Amino acid sequence: MGTATEKDEVLVDGDPAQVPAGEAAGADTDERADDVPPPAGPVANLAACLTTAAVGVAGAVAAVALGLGTPAQPGAGLWPLAVSVAVVVLSLAQVLIGRRGGDGEKFSRYSWLSLVGLATLLGLVALLPVIGFEIPSLLLSVVWMKFLGGETWRSALLYSALVVGVLYAVFVGALGTNVPHLF
Amino acid sequence: MESLHNVAAGFAVVLEPTNLLYCLVGVVIGMLIGVLPGLGPAATIAILLPLTYGVEPVTAIIMLAGIFYGAQYGGTITSVLLRLPGEASSVVTVLDGHALAKQGRAGTALGVAAVGSFVGGTVAIIGLTFLAPLVAGFALDFGPPEYTALALVGILLVATIASGSKVKALVAAAIGLLLATVGRDAFTGAERFTFDSLSLADGIDFVPVAMGLFGLGEILYNLEERHRAVSAPGKVTNVWPTRKDLKESSGAVARGSLLGFFLGILPGGGATISSMAAYAAEKKRAKDPSRFGKGAIEGVAGPETANNAAATSSFIPLLTLGIPANATMALMFGALLIQGVTPGPQLVTENPELFWGVVNSMYIGNVLLLIMSIPLVGVFVRILRVRAAILAPVTALITMIGAYTINNSVFDVLLVVVFGAVGYLMKKFGFEPGPLVLAFVLGSLLESNLRRSLLMFDGSATGFFTRPISATLLVVFVVVAVLPLVRSVRNRRAAPSQVDAAPVKNRDVKNREEESV
Repeated sequence: MGTATEKDEVLVDGDPAQVPAGEAAGADTDERADDVPPPAGPVANLAACLTTAAVGVAGAVAAVALGLGTPAQPGAGLWPLAVSVAVVVLSLAQVLIGRRGGDGEKFSRYSWLSLVGLATLLGLVALLPVIGFEIPSLLLSVVWMKFLGGETWRSALLYSALVVGVLYAVFVGALGTNVPHLF
Repeated sequence: MESLHNVAAGFAVVLEPTNLLYCLVGVVIGMLIGVLPGLGPAATIAILLPLTYGVEPVTAIIMLAGIFYGAQYGGTITSVLLRLPGEASSVVTVLDGHALAKQGRAGTALGVAAVGSFVGGTVAIIGLTFLAPLVAGFALDFGPPEYTALALVGILLVATIASGSKVKALVAAAIGLLLATVGRDAFTGAERFTFDSLSLADGIDFVPVAMGLFGLGEILYNLEERHRAVSAPGKVTNVWPTRKDLKESSGAVARGSLLGFFLGILPGGGATISSMAAYAAEKKRAKDPSRFGKGAIEGVAGPETANNAAATSSFIPLLTLGIPANATMALMFGALLIQGVTPGPQLVTENPELFWGVVNSMYIGNVLLLIMSIPLVGVFVRILRVRAAILAPVTALITMIGAYTINNSVFDVLLVVVFGAVGYLMKKFGFEPGPLVLAFVLGSLLESNLRRSLLMFDGSATGFFTRPISATLLVVFVVVAVLPLVRSVRNRRAAPSQVDAAPVKNRDVKNREEESV
């Protein structure tokens, strides 16, 4: 507690807090003003909070099914219920508090890159036990470098092969781990 | 006397050549990954956790200490060169550090930061060496009610000090607690939230959660943000700070060490608060405060010393109480648990060799950091110039394969991807992953102690208030929880009457929050 108040005082008195924010904002305007991502907005806040609230409700329902016991003899579900109720209450509070939005980041057209990245990662997970890590890793690396990163075909293929070679040398050769490998 | 003997024995362990080698490897790899833009210490440690699996506990812990310090310093390098702070505690370093870099004195800034970090870290470890056994002795009497209260306060403080929405941080923490309940209930044997999956019966492992939320989540996020990337400077010269630089910053280093040590012991964002407080203190003391923000060397030395001192002294609550004080410590906590070391008051007395091994490895980690950082600055600059498009799949693949090697389990890799997606979404929607991971780590400790307490008190919650320590802690909990509410209500009421004063104050607070992201 001491720190929180102390921090307030220090920062308000000596006003260095404004310096970082101000300076950063000032420098940003000339370099990449329109690049700063806009906040996610009220709809995103509502959606996020309803999602977490739903998780809480589902948790509460399952917890009740587990059996609550009594406070003197707590059952398996008592603590999960308490935590789930906390999730729901806090989420609903945030619905109100965040109704004007303000934090988070809007999805942009670049968000597709993350989605594609995620898909390739899932592909790697699916293929790993079947054909080992080398070919899926190579494919993932090429996709990330060429399509998500805008490298040329030449450098994407070259560096990907190099990366997979090094990974093979480290994880299979040097560390001797059991990661599934084809070769 | 006995403890002195133990300290010496601990050094003997740490100084074994293998251990030194692992510490060295830890520092270098920690810096290598930590220097990648967007990956702070927590992400770095998460990604590198699997590396420590195959080795013996003491060696693994020593390597972790190396990774820890390396990762911390890696964040400093990106702050100075790219104005990309790896974590909140090096945000203020950006101001003067990057200004110095623009003047072609990046080397000076990095060198002074390395020396300052070394001094601050060492002072804090010496403090820890003497203070930790005392705290642990005090905590030996703690029973389930005290631990319940302590864990609650710890989670609440971390969530409230978080940047951004406090309530969202609390939601994340509560979900972390919920995730921790997955698996077989230790008391009744009932399977909770396992959906009849064998893989979930033993609960969700901590490592995939941390690797996903911190590691892969950041990597996915960076895929999207990369077009916004800043280019690294071509070359860094003058890495060695001159005598004049060192003289100018010596006062700041001394003040930062003490400030950082004391603020770091407190739970929450110790390192962040102390780096800001140190910056404020230096600016206040300066004869000409206008130099700050334009490349004042004290503006780098003070905060960098303070945050390393604080990062080190935040090991005190972890090692003596078993309560991690922030997200990075939560990772260290998880890593120690995996090695079979349960941090807590018993560690000093029951396992002195391990305890002092951990403490002394920090001395060594610090020394190695100083030795390695300055000569290697050139290497790191070269890494920063490798295009992000090439680095991204490398870090992603290291994370994925590393995750597999923990338990040789594809399910773990899948968990990493799932939590990676969750971490990405949390970032987009303004939830912080730190409180979730911390709460997840403390979840089972909190639940089992709460249930034991309830058994002790025969189901009556008032029992907590019959014991002085748990009562005090719970009062603190209530105050921390209620104070912001009272404040915001008061601010709202004050707003119409004090039209001039209130908005200014609000803006200050808002600025501070934004800037600590």
